[in-house]
Amino acid sequence: MNPSEIQKIAHLARVHISDDVAEETAKSITEVLGLVDQLQAADTDGVAPMAHPLDAVQRLRADVVTETNVREKMQSIAPATEEGLYLVPKVID
Amino acid sequence: MHTLTLAQQLQKLEAKEFSSLELTQHYLERIKRLDGELNSFITTTEELALAQAKAADSKRAAGDSAPLLGVPIAHKDIFCTDGVLTSCGSKMLSNFKAPYNATVVENYLNAGAVTLGKTNMDEFAMGSSNETSYFGKVLNPWARDCVPGGSSGGSAACVAARLAPAATATDTGGSIRQPAALCGITGIKPTYGRVSRWGMIAFASSLDQGGVMAQTAEDCALMLSTMASYDSKDSTSIDKEVPDYSAGLNASLDGLRIGVPEEYFGEGLDPGTEQAVQDAIKVYQSLGAEIVSITLPHTELAVPAYYVIAPAECSANLSRFDGVRYGYRCENPQDLEDLYKRSRGEAFGEEVKRRILVGTYALSAGYYDAYYRKAQQVRRLMKQDFEQAFAKVDLILGPTSPSPAFPFGSKTDDPVAMYLEDIYTIATNLAGLPGMSLPCGLVDGKPVGLQLIGNYFDEARMLGAAHRFQQATDFHSLAPAGIE
Amino acid sequence: MQWETVIGLEVHVQLNTNTKIFSGSSIAFGAEPNTQASLVDLAMPGTLPVANEEAFRKAVMFGLAIDAEIGKESVFERKNYFYPDLPKGYQTTQLDKPIVIGGHVDIQVGEATKRVRIHHAHLEEDAGKSLHEDFHGMSGIDLNRAGTPLIEIVTEPDIRSADEAVAFARKLHALVSSLGICDGEMSQGSMRFDVNISVRPMGEDKLGTRTETKNLNSFRFMERCIEQEVERQIEVIEDGGSITQETRLYNGDTHTAKSMRSKEEANDYRYFPCPDLLPVHIDDDYIEQVRKLLPELPAARKARFEEQYGLSAYDAELLSDSAVSAQFFEAATAKSGDAKLSANWLMGEVSARLNAEEISLSEAPINAEQLGELILRIKDGTISSKIAKTVFDALWKGEGDVDLIIEAKGLKQVSDSGALEKIVDEVINNNAAQVENYRAADDDKKPKMLGFFVGQCMKASKGQANPQQLNKILKEKLA
Repeated sequence: MNPSEIQKIAHLARVHISDDVAEETAKSITEVLGLVDQLQAADTDGVAPMAHPLDAVQRLRADVVTETNVREKMQSIAPATEEGLYLVPKVID
Repeated sequence: MHTLTLAQQLQKLEAKEFSSLELTQHYLERIKRLDGELNSFITTTEELALAQAKAADSKRAAGDSAPLLGVPIAHKDIFCTDGVLTSCGSKMLSNFKAPYNATVVENYLNAGAVTLGKTNMDEFAMGSSNETSYFGKVLNPWARDCVPGGSSGGSAACVAARLAPAATATDTGGSIRQPAALCGITGIKPTYGRVSRWGMIAFASSLDQGGVMAQTAEDCALMLSTMASYDSKDSTSIDKEVPDYSAGLNASLDGLRIGVPEEYFGEGLDPGTEQAVQDAIKVYQSLGAEIVSITLPHTELAVPAYYVIAPAECSANLSRFDGVRYGYRCENPQDLEDLYKRSRGEAFGEEVKRRILVGTYALSAGYYDAYYRKAQQVRRLMKQDFEQAFAKVDLILGPTSPSPAFPFGSKTDDPVAMYLEDIYTIATNLAGLPGMSLPCGLVDGKPVGLQLIGNYFDEARMLGAAHRFQQATDFHSLAPAGIE
Repeated sequence: MQWETVIGLEVHVQLNTNTKIFSGSSIAFGAEPNTQASLVDLAMPGTLPVANEEAFRKAVMFGLAIDAEIGKESVFERKNYFYPDLPKGYQTTQLDKPIVIGGHVDIQVGEATKRVRIHHAHLEEDAGKSLHEDFHGMSGIDLNRAGTPLIEIVTEPDIRSADEAVAFARKLHALVSSLGICDGEMSQGSMRFDVNISVRPMGEDKLGTRTETKNLNSFRFMERCIEQEVERQIEVIEDGGSITQETRLYNGDTHTAKSMRSKEEANDYRYFPCPDLLPVHIDDDYIEQVRKLLPELPAARKARFEEQYGLSAYDAELLSDSAVSAQFFEAATAKSGDAKLSANWLMGEVSARLNAEEISLSEAPINAEQLGELILRIKDGTISSKIAKTVFDALWKGEGDVDLIIEAKGLKQVSDSGALEKIVDEVINNNAAQVENYRAADDDKKPKMLGFFVGQCMKASKGQANPQQLNKILKEKLA
């Protein structure tokens, strides 16, 4: 991992990484990936990936309205709202 | 009062030897006096606690006998508490007053418990030393130059320092068991799905599980009976009756088969720790248990698999922190991208960013199969290791962590060394099994933890085995100096 | 050179459940901003999704209706990207294990039937809305729509023209409306289309480079957009250029599409199975249960209309297309006892009036019983077909029931032979010259000349004379 690869990943993750720490970040992530690469030695032929610890099945919810209008409470902890809307820098399509 | 266990406090509350208000005031006073240095709490909810204590006292006077009526406890700051700061140890949520209660918090309110406050933790539960908290490090009450472990370092330290009789915590890769071990207390992470994750801020959803910390296994049983519940709001919560964990504590250990995995006693295990664990094995033999040598062949792949799965899940789980609806927002964002990048860049700490980047990388185009899919396959292999072991034994026993508490800063520059702290605890999270840690000795004045791993939903047997051990030993009642 | 157009569609259909796909918030349209945005919808820390059973039932209904395979194990994945209308920073959707696999929708192309294969349809959540009104240089975000259940239907590239695309879209619209799984309100975004378009020289097997145009929410926009894009692509290629694979956004106000910023190219959605949701298992019993409760589908209805009512394939197709028109037709027929006349009136007068007023059949001011009654009165001779149009006008204006209108306006047909003879005598007396001409004319010219007398008699009867009887009497008296 080099700093420019780190910046590419950081862009995908929308995390600002300043250029002066990119080098250091690249180094530590390379180390972690080194640890993780031990996985490649494992023989996993024919092993089904396991996404959940328990082999459980999704329960489905009845289609009944249970939620009420909580706008005021939710927007009391929001950084910027107006006329009931959350404000963000202009969205350009 | 604070030297009593939670079970003893409950008896005395029932016997009206003291009131909940007196008990609560006593703890609040201790926190004020002692926690300035320890830093185990991020928030103390004094007013709320006093009101709850008074309410508990009048309820008791009226004949109410809710299971935890009037006992004060602390919540890890990862559980949402309505109207109370819920920071998750992060600058990102340093202004976040949660708009609702976690199911776990509700369960304790319904059981009559009093909330003392919210405990310190590694940022977003990512860490094994509590050094990544935005609110500063927590000191280990046993050795103040050492870490309390993490990520539930605040919960562990406050129980160890007797600033609360019990605390809630969470465990994604060892975050209950490792700090419990390092702080000389008892902690349990139940089976995945046993405790609701609703309102528990997610780190790695398929690994995260709530649990408790207290002085004794008996107290953990009491606490867990209230904490565990089926919750329709959590799709991964298991609809299975919650047993009374206290009921079977005294079951005989005669004929109990305890497996000792050879892989948990290899290179990297501190000799003093190993000795303490070997001594504990002898205690179990004397209690009638049969010790069986077992093997968990994929143990060494646990940490590598975990450091793909946990970062991958966290990279998505933490995307909601974008500065739009709650939490930190950078000053004067120039455009959308600037809002995202700076809010997240400024408010996430180094370790959190590192894991987000690792996870983003592991999931990105061209790498998914080599990392994520491979790790999920290895995860199944580990689960199969345990299944084979549990065909032969009832419980698995080993060390909780490779060594006792280490000095601050000794592993902060070396993430891989830090990650290996959880080498014995991570596999149970990957498999979803219950695990616990209980004190089994001191090395250079620092506690050593004994880990027990149970089969799925077999928490009662595990707690019973821990309780019998604690009746035969007194490591659990040792307290660090200076907190009397 | 001759060019062939190749089109594949991705259609987002909002399911008309009561609540969102992963939360108990209402999805009713038109609520004040963010009043239907719960903890889960706002992605508050610590919140978790629980899937809505009705969304699954409706997706299964759709799958059965298009002869698809139903995914026995259905898995939700996270599609990761940052956008303010996407509160979690990922969309919960399906990728490798969707709920509906394969299937087909048959469309009518002129006289022929054409099969459009469906690749798959998956369940997912809708995003919120960005409102572009200016709030001091900021945009406003409304998350009411976030989490509305969608099925995204992905076709194979089987469509060859804008007309076919529109026929497919209409058919799909009729299908989901008939199934009762979508309210079909296109103007509210209940059905939205992404169109993948490429062109290739006629006879070429290899597909050309395609573009994807997003955000089309009307049949008309889709038609215009396809025509424009096909023209653009052919022009680029004929000028020696090549097509860039890109996403284009259609603007319904200016009727133009433009390329979205190239930054989109860098998108890497990092799909992985959502750890907060478990696999959904659907067994055969459940599928059969849903199948039993399926309403009659347009294709089956069309066949029945041909069989039961003797309608032509064309008429049957038109009338069976939507549940509303099928019901209207059947109710009118039940009343009038005449399927052919009911069909003609529905596709003729009624349809013309709806088009003129730009309203839908369900909004029509007359009901099926009234139309049936009108037809009944034509059949029993109470009014003539011509007068029936006058009655229809009055019905449409809400002037009361059929018999009441006929009565009040005195529109009853004159069938009384005495009265008719009187009128005929009068016309013959007043037009002696024409009578003479008629009688002197060749037999083959007479029918045409008779028209004059019929017209005069009708005029004298204010259009109410029974035409058959009138003809008969006239012929007799002029002979």
